[in-house]
Amino acid sequence: MANAALDPHAAIATTASGAPARLTTADGKPLARALARSQSKARRRAFLLVAPLLAFILITFVVPIGQMLQRSFHNDGFSANMPQVSAWFAETPAGTVPDDAAWAALAADLTASAEARSIGVVGTRINYDMAGTRSLFTSTGRKVRRGIEPPYREALLEIDEEWGDPQLWSVMRSASTAVTSNFYLASVDRTRNEMGEIVQVPENRRIYLTLFWRTFWLSGLITALTFVLGFPIAHLLATLPMRKSNLLMILVLLPFWTSLLVRTTSWMVLLQQQGVINDILVWLGIIGDGQRLQMIYNQTGTIIAMTHILLPFMILPLYSVMRTINPSYVRAARSLGATSWTAFRRVYFPQTLPGLGAGAMLVFILAVGYYITPALVGGSSGQLISNMIAMHMTDTLNWSMAAALAALLLGAVLVLYWLYDRLVGVDNLKLG
Amino acid sequence: MKRILMLGTAIGMTAAPAMAEVNLLSWGGAYGNSHLEAYAKPFMAETGTEVVMSDADNPATPIKAQVEAGNVSIDVASVEYADAVRLCDEGLVEPIDPAILKAAEDGTAAMDDFIDGAVTECFVGTDVYSMVLAFNDEAFADAKPATPADFFDTEGFPGKRTMRKGAKFNLELALMADGVPADEVYDTLATDEGVARAFAKLDTIKDDVIWWEAGAQPPQLLADGEVSMAYAFNGRIFNAAQADGQPFEIIWDGQIFEMEGWVIPAGAPNLEDALEFVAWTTAPAPQARAAEFISYGPPRRSAAAMVGNIEGTDQPMGPHLPTTDANMTNALGSDLEFWVDHDAELNERFNAWLAG
Repeated sequence: MANAALDPHAAIATTASGAPARLTTADGKPLARALARSQSKARRRAFLLVAPLLAFILITFVVPIGQMLQRSFHNDGFSANMPQVSAWFAETPAGTVPDDAAWAALAADLTASAEARSIGVVGTRINYDMAGTRSLFTSTGRKVRRGIEPPYREALLEIDEEWGDPQLWSVMRSASTAVTSNFYLASVDRTRNEMGEIVQVPENRRIYLTLFWRTFWLSGLITALTFVLGFPIAHLLATLPMRKSNLLMILVLLPFWTSLLVRTTSWMVLLQQQGVINDILVWLGIIGDGQRLQMIYNQTGTIIAMTHILLPFMILPLYSVMRTINPSYVRAARSLGATSWTAFRRVYFPQTLPGLGAGAMLVFILAVGYYITPALVGGSSGQLISNMIAMHMTDTLNWSMAAALAALLLGAVLVLYWLYDRLVGVDNLKLG
Repeated sequence: MKRILMLGTAIGMTAAPAMAEVNLLSWGGAYGNSHLEAYAKPFMAETGTEVVMSDADNPATPIKAQVEAGNVSIDVASVEYADAVRLCDEGLVEPIDPAILKAAEDGTAAMDDFIDGAVTECFVGTDVYSMVLAFNDEAFADAKPATPADFFDTEGFPGKRTMRKGAKFNLELALMADGVPADEVYDTLATDEGVARAFAKLDTIKDDVIWWEAGAQPPQLLADGEVSMAYAFNGRIFNAAQADGQPFEIIWDGQIFEMEGWVIPAGAPNLEDALEFVAWTTAPAPQARAAEFISYGPPRRSAAAMVGNIEGTDQPMGPHLPTTDANMTNALGSDLEFWVDHDAELNERFNAWLAG
C-alpha cells in the first residue's frame, strides 16, 4: 500500500468486474471528493485573501447605502410614536369617518408623544405629505401636555379646527404603517388625494421628473462631447513618439490632478460676463460692451465645465486601448485599396470600441451624480437631480425623500448598465 | 517600558478623563473664528476645561446623524434657529434649563435681558445675523438704491442681481418690495394669493438674477462687477468691505434677521461641562466680545452697549450690527414656525419656478 501511494497511476483503479467504476485516490477515497476538497482549500485561501476587502466594502459601502435606501420606503416617525391611533387605522377600512375611539386614541397618542418629546418627529412625518401641518402637531402637543378632557373630538377641534380636515386623516392613515411608497410617489411628482388615489401634484410643484430627464439628457450630451473632443486627442497621444506624447499626456493629467473646485472656479473667472473671454471679445470689438455673452450660471456653463472636468475619463481609456492597436492593420487596409476614411471606419474605429465603451460609461455615470459643479455654475437652468438630493439631505433634513430620489437614480443607472450590457457587452470594456 | 507606561496613561485618560473637555462643533471661517477667540479661548483660560473645536458645513446635519446612530461625540453645537426648533421637537437635543444662564451685570434676570425668542427649551441664542441688500458703490454713479423696491427696479438701477437659491428670504423680500409692510409679510405668505404675488414679483427680475449657493459667492460676484446688487448675509458683505476694502454698501431697510445659538445633542458625552460652557459664553461680556470679530449682533440687550471696536481697528462695530436701533427701522424677524411648516412645499415650488 505504501508503494501504491507513490505510484501516480494507482489513483486510477478499476474493479475486477470491468464495469465503469468510480475513480478513487490511492487511499480509496473517491477522486471527485478529494479534488473538491483540495480545491475548496484553495478557494478558502483565496477567500481569506479578499476577505479584508470584502469586509471593508460591506461595512463602508453596502451596509450604509442599504440603511440609507431603507429610509426611502421605511419611515416609522408616525407609526412608532402614535401606536393607538395607528392601531385604529389598522382596524378600520380606508375612508372611515373617525369615531370617538379614534379621537380618544389620537388625544392619548398626542399627549404621550408630547411628553416623550417625539411630537416633532410625528409632525415632520405628516408634514412631508401635507405641508403646513408640522406646527399643528407641535402646538397641539404643547397644549395637550397641560391636560385634555373628553369629549376629545370637541377638545381637539377647539385647539385647532384643522384636526377635522379629512385630508389630514387620510394622510395620517397612509403614515400609520412604517412602510410607505409616498416618498417614491413624491419623487415622480405624484401624491395621494383624500381618497388615497395617486394623482399628480399641482403643476407649480412638479420638479423631479423634469430634473431626472434633464440629468440624463445632459449627461448623455456631455458624454458625446467628451467623445468628440477626446477621441482626436487620444489618437494623437497614441500615435506620437513616446517623448512628445508623454509631454502632451501631462497636459491631460495636470487638470485631472487639480481640485474639482479650482477647475470650476476657473471656469467662472473665464466665462462670466465680466470675465476673461467676454473682456477679450469686447476688446477685439467683436461684441459691444452692452452685449456681453451669458455663458455661465446657466445650462451652457454646466455643460462646458462638466465636459472639461470629465474629459480625462474619456481620453485615458481610449488612449490605453489605442496604444495597443497595431498600425499595420490600417496600412494593410490602405494597401488593399481602402480610402483613409474607410480604413478608419472599418478597421481602426472598431478596435477602439472597448476603450470608448469604458470611457463613455465612466463619464456618463459620473455625470449623472454630479453635484458641486452644477450647483456653482448651473444657475437656474443647469440644476441636476443630485442638487435636489443634496437639498433634502442638508436643508430640509428629509432623508427619506433624499433616499427615494437617490434610489430612483441608482435604479435608472442600473437599467442603463443592463441595456449597455445587452447591446454592447460589458466584457468588451477595457480600462487599459 | 517607558512606552508601555505612556500608552497606559493614554488609555487611562480616555477611560476617565483627567481634564474636563467640551467638544464644540462650529461653522469654520470668520464666524467659527469668533467662537474660538471670544468663547473657547477665554473659557479655557478661566475654567481650565479644554475646548476641542471642529467644523461642519451645517452642524445640524451631523447632530441628526450622530444621535440617530447613538454615537454622539459633540457636546455643544452652533446651529441656526430653525434647525434648533426642529431638533428640539424631534428630541435630538437636550433641554437647557434657563436657570443656569447668567444675569446681566446690572442684575437684570437673564430671561429679561435676552431678546424675545432667544432662549427656548433647548436653545440659547449667541448672535443675530441678517439677510441684507448690498450694492457695489461703483456701479451707481448718481442715485443709490435704498429700498427693497429698488432691488427689483432694473431700469432705475441697472445691472444683474444675485440672490440665494432657495425660497426662504426671497419670498419675504419680494413681498416687501411689492409694498407689503414687514409685520404683514408672513400672514400674506400663508395664503395662496400671497405666494403667487411673491413669485409674480420675483418673475420681474428672474432673467437678471444669478443664484448663489455658498455664502462666499455674493461678495465675489459684487467685486467682479458681475452683479451690481446682492441679497446676502450681512457678515459676508461686512467682511469683504472691511477686510478687503471693497466699496460695498449695505441697505438695512427690509433686512430679515435670524438667530444662531447653542444646542446640546441628546446624549452628549460631557453634559455638565457643556452646560457650563453654554452658561459662561452667553453672559453679556463674551457675547459683546464675539460681536467685535464678526458683524453679528448679541441677542442680549445689555451686551449691545458693551460692543467695542472692530477687532484690530479703531472704528466702532455698533453701526454694522443688525441689532443696532438705527438698522432696525424696517426689519423683519424670520418666522420659524412658518418655515418649518412650509419649507419643503415652498422650496419645491421655488425649484419648479426656477426650472420653468
